[in-house]
Amino acid sequence: MARKVTARRVWVSTALAWLFGFLIFLPILWMVLTSFKTELEAFSMPPKFLFFHWTTENYTTVQERSDYVHHAFNSIIVAGGSTLIAMIIAVPAAWSMAFAPTKRTKDILLWMLSTKMMPSVGVLVPIYLIFRDFGLLDTRGGLVMILCLGNLPIVIWMLFTYFKEIPKDILEAARMDGATIGRELVYVLTPMAIPGLASTLLLNFILAWNEAFWTLNLSTLDAAPLTVFIASYSSPEGLFWAKLSAASTLAIAPIIILGWFTQRQLVRGLTFGAVK
Amino acid sequence: MATQQTQILGRALLTPAVALLFIWMIVPLAMTIYFSTLHYSLLDSEAWSFVGLENFRYFLTDPAFLTALQNTLVLVGSVLAITILLGTPLALLLDQQVVGRSIVRLMVIAPFFVMPTVSALVWKNLLMHPISGLFAWIATMVGATPIDWFNDAPLLAVILIVAWQWLPFATLILLTALQSQDEEQKEAAEMDGASALSTFIYLTLPHLARPITVVILIETIFLLTVFAEIFVTTGGGPGLATTNIAFLIYSQALVQYDVGNASAGGLVAVVIANIVAFFLVRIVGRNLEA
Repeated sequence: MARKVTARRVWVSTALAWLFGFLIFLPILWMVLTSFKTELEAFSMPPKFLFFHWTTENYTTVQERSDYVHHAFNSIIVAGGSTLIAMIIAVPAAWSMAFAPTKRTKDILLWMLSTKMMPSVGVLVPIYLIFRDFGLLDTRGGLVMILCLGNLPIVIWMLFTYFKEIPKDILEAARMDGATIGRELVYVLTPMAIPGLASTLLLNFILAWNEAFWTLNLSTLDAAPLTVFIASYSSPEGLFWAKLSAASTLAIAPIIILGWFTQRQLVRGLTFGAVK
Repeated sequence: MATQQTQILGRALLTPAVALLFIWMIVPLAMTIYFSTLHYSLLDSEAWSFVGLENFRYFLTDPAFLTALQNTLVLVGSVLAITILLGTPLALLLDQQVVGRSIVRLMVIAPFFVMPTVSALVWKNLLMHPISGLFAWIATMVGATPIDWFNDAPLLAVILIVAWQWLPFATLILLTALQSQDEEQKEAAEMDGASALSTFIYLTLPHLARPITVVILIETIFLLTVFAEIFVTTGGGPGLATTNIAFLIYSQALVQYDVGNASAGGLVAVVIANIVAFFLVRIVGRNLEA
């Protein structure tokens, strides 16, 4: 980091980086701007960049007319519920593989990873029929179950890599001092594992929030999360882009903010430790 | 170190996760295999019969399958090419001294957190609309005719949307890899008079080989089953122009209600994904040893 870099080079890299960053961010920025226009201005040509009649009317309309709150609530229940249940199943499993490994631990981990490779569409038919026959179509419970299973391998993997980093010496010291496994878990492991638990929770909440295969195929209205609600704007009639933008902004804003906090964990979570 | 007590406890704690994942993997897959040998339509669920491999013969010789396979390959290949060819220089750029780097990085990462239905609809209606989209305006500004993306180049339009979503992923992983590169090695090379280009080719590129492989494999697994972006923008059309394997299977299952055929297609998708997964699992496995 201490390499000497000329001022000119810093200036050039800065300009280029900001240019590319801006271009990549532009679609999101444009969406946010459009959400504050009237429908007429959203459609106007040439486009209005900043000097338009700013209004929050779209946000009010979206809340009032389209039951945004209902779908946002579904998103929170489905993403939150599936993540919490996955954590409850995954924490013991990851703990066991990290601290009481056997000869087969590596094979089990890789096998878990391979279940994540199964394309959802390959099991669409049976899952759809099971859901239909058990009355799970368009229920929040059904979505919670399917997203929980879908993300379970990632949750276990992330937790495993975090637990692995906890120094074993500390555990042995605790054991020497006569700590039981229960005490060891509560007083030694948990405090050290909290950052890892938090980022696993966060990343998987984001993944579940944005999941758009099972939610589109298995829910229509009652249980439909925001992914499905936004998809309902795809029908072509009418001028509603400002409203689409307002609804979209509401749907992604909290997640982008959460996502920015998890950017470091993202790599770990999605590459299964293959990139460090 | 592990006493017998912890061994037993360990097994007990591991069992629920293993059992659940095992059921999750085996039951639907077995059902898919079973359905794939049946002539079975949801419209007439009384009349089903065993037809052996007939569905596979039908699915694999269906012209729609070949089109969908071709679209899938073009989609996966193009998105991989775009994300890696743009992601590598972008990661190199972000690895430099940049004023306000953390803000730039936030802007670059943001698209990854946008739900697929939002990014698809925003691109389709706000950017790519042939009359009032931002791209149409830019085209008229430079004196070109605006492109009617979803009629004239529908697959390219889908590719651009998906590439925008995955560019942050590639960039972030490559950036992480770059930051773990040995600085002293680079300094030594510079002191020995190596040019920036040869430092890149002989030091940085080999260092990036593995992360690039990982990006390719992971993206491929997700890109093979791109669905929502097609579902909300083109519905697979016009014609079959943007139908990939995932969308073809979906439309056979839930639009035409042909369970047998869709299941056969589903198994084909599983086989394709498994070929890619095999290589990824090997790389990850090698890393576990270390």
